[in-house]
Amino acid sequence: MKYFHLIWAALFRRKTRTILTLVSIAAAFLLFGMLDAVRTSFDQAGKSANGAQRLQTGSKLSFIQPLPQGLGEKIATVPGVKSVAYANWFGGAYQDPHNQVFTFAVSDNYIDQYPEVQVSDDARKAFINTRIGILVGEKLLEKYNWKVGDQIPLQSNIFPQQNGSKNWTFQIVGVLHPTDQSVAFYGQIILMHWKYFDDAVMKGYNNGQVGWYVTRVKDVNQADQVAKAIDALSANSDHETRTQTEAAATASWMKQLADIGLIVGSIMGAVFFTLLLLTGNTMMQAVRERTSELAVLKTLGFSDRGVLAMVLAESALLVVFGGVIGIALAAALIPIVSAGSGGFLNLPTVGASSWLLGISLMLAIGLVVGAIPAWRAMRLNIVDALAGR
Amino acid sequence: MNFLFNLGVSLLLLVALVVWGWLMPWYVVLALVVIFVAWMALSLRGRQAASVTSVGISTLRQRLGSSSVVVIGIAGVVGVLVALLAMSEGYSETLRNTGSEDTAIVLRGGSASEVSSVLTHDNIVVIEQAAGVARDKQGKPIASGEIVVAANLPVKGGATDEEGSVQVRGVGEQAWALRPNAKIIAGRAFQPGMRELVVGQGAQRQFAGLQPGHEVKLGTQTWTVVGVFASGDAYDSEIWGDENVVADTYRRGSSRTSVIVKLTDAKALDTFKAALAADPRLQVDVDTTLNYFSKQSEGMSKVMRIMGITVGSIMAIGAIFGALNTMFAAVAARAREIATLRAIGFRGVPVVVAVMLETMMLALLGGLIGGLLAWLIFNGWTASTLATGTTGQLAFTFKVTPALLWEGLKWALAIGFVGGLFPALRAARLPVTTALREL
Repeated sequence: MKYFHLIWAALFRRKTRTILTLVSIAAAFLLFGMLDAVRTSFDQAGKSANGAQRLQTGSKLSFIQPLPQGLGEKIATVPGVKSVAYANWFGGAYQDPHNQVFTFAVSDNYIDQYPEVQVSDDARKAFINTRIGILVGEKLLEKYNWKVGDQIPLQSNIFPQQNGSKNWTFQIVGVLHPTDQSVAFYGQIILMHWKYFDDAVMKGYNNGQVGWYVTRVKDVNQADQVAKAIDALSANSDHETRTQTEAAATASWMKQLADIGLIVGSIMGAVFFTLLLLTGNTMMQAVRERTSELAVLKTLGFSDRGVLAMVLAESALLVVFGGVIGIALAAALIPIVSAGSGGFLNLPTVGASSWLLGISLMLAIGLVVGAIPAWRAMRLNIVDALAGR
Repeated sequence: MNFLFNLGVSLLLLVALVVWGWLMPWYVVLALVVIFVAWMALSLRGRQAASVTSVGISTLRQRLGSSSVVVIGIAGVVGVLVALLAMSEGYSETLRNTGSEDTAIVLRGGSASEVSSVLTHDNIVVIEQAAGVARDKQGKPIASGEIVVAANLPVKGGATDEEGSVQVRGVGEQAWALRPNAKIIAGRAFQPGMRELVVGQGAQRQFAGLQPGHEVKLGTQTWTVVGVFASGDAYDSEIWGDENVVADTYRRGSSRTSVIVKLTDAKALDTFKAALAADPRLQVDVDTTLNYFSKQSEGMSKVMRIMGITVGSIMAIGAIFGALNTMFAAVAARAREIATLRAIGFRGVPVVVAVMLETMMLALLGGLIGGLLAWLIFNGWTASTLATGTTGQLAFTFKVTPALLWEGLKWALAIGFVGGLFPALRAARLPVTTALREL
């Protein structure tokens, strides 16, 4: 720490070069911060203590195939099951059929399965008492400037009402506030009454069926046995089921969507490789033009190791300094990007684990690029260097 | 003063980059290059510039390390950019290639995609008999009422319990006539009324156990795979079976999700559309199959493109500053030489041109390397995603097209231009006396 001032002065010996290098490093770590946020948002989806308690039961045939409503009562009797709720895909769209708004028709107790999605008591009461009531995710509410109490029209791209019209009208009675990143999805959806949906939909379209069941288990460790027991209920019937923990189900969807890990990994590889060369070049230049100064330091009595450590510290400081700026920029930009994408992307802010990974990467890169110049500085022969040979 | 000059240059640069990015077709660039070469060969300034450039390039070898930073940095940007754009290109091309102008798809009104549409048996009969539909030799309309559903199947190379979703299409016997590019490449076609499936080659690559002769379970029922078909488009990722048997398995009765008809010719779409619109029994949307599938790709390929350009831009910022750094160092190392040239009567222009040209050549080299790498590694790479509007995985291959390579080169040259401009201006504007006195 004693020599910090010296290292700092050496770093800014050539301001232009250092600043240009810093900007490049900041750009690389800005990218790292953003991509790592994308990766974590995919990783975290469905993974939480509450998520581990929830099982999702759908048709084994395919996710679009409905299940009978009676199955719910049977699932409730399976040992280890705490509560069962169910939901249907409604396929809502606002104003334009292509402007999709995820809408589920759910049982009254559905929201109880998600304690990490916060709904006020009033809203809950209003939802239960209003036939056409809906609960709207907070992000969605913001996006369309809706207010609680508004009547809004939604089109279903699947289900017509009794009169043949696919335009449905709902009344907003409350807001869904997700309090955990793993259920951030609930900030962007609408929940309506399954009962109302089933009554109002044209005959022959739903017939009292449900899309999937969400079951909470009493003991997380028994989740797998409970899942097997639920599937056993309808084995060999014409509506066989497949039950997974929420984490497993989400992971499977994410994997089908894209191999995010591979994409992020390869981009970061290319970026850091370039960065390594760039910073390495800067450090080489820096040490080369300071040859005589380093020789003076040695003449003054700095040991070989001391010079090595100082050059290494200088390059690590350079990378860490630029990198911290980059990740901080990413942290500032991510909320803007999320807002700008209109709810399509919902990235978490840069978390502690990303910072930790980022800073260890910075230190590693700093030490690697500093190694050769530092080695040269250490092996420097005072007489030759001062003579300019 | 200096600040104002730099500001002015930056603004001009911004305008130049915008023009460059949006409006520059290759022939204009070619014309510019020809004019530039002619200038170099014919005018005095040009010849001066050429000789200064050749001096710079002959000393490149001494600056191999720092020059390679420019090349590799730009190669990285271009490689990643081209690879990401090739992904978007491959995805939308797969969907753009699907369908044709002279076949139309009919969905229930307001349905965003096939899977959310429902048409009753009565609807389908009416649609098939409408004006504008082509008929075969027996006078039967060439139309296929199809049912699109999904099935969970084990993924190839996945864990034992890992299942993916595949789109299943129940088709009528006319389906093959409606899609002339779908051909059986192994086994045979399914027989109507049997629990038999033909699988697209893309689906076969992705899911386990889809060889002809194997049995697969859709829910509780066992089906036999009897053949593999190839169509080179989105249908490659599907599994086809007889419409009635599929509808039966999925308890859909006599309803279908869509009707695909052959039009008498591409112009008959309006007739067909009008005929359906005039029929009070129907409330349907009609489009050519080509349009329908192209529209499905719009949202997703736009997202992929934006992602590519965002990542590319951030990397480009890094590369620009890397190039600036290198060229400032190069100019500083040659400050005396440049000052000497100016002292004996060379003007600023040749000096600026020489430094810019050197940077642009390094950038071009980097762009070529990056594009080549992207082409070698990613062209033909297979990936899959859950496509919008379908219920299964859509397999597609990365397409590194000449247009994308050209776009990559344009980025490379733009980075080189920015990275060379400021060092070049500094070299040309540094007072001769100061430069000569410098160490």
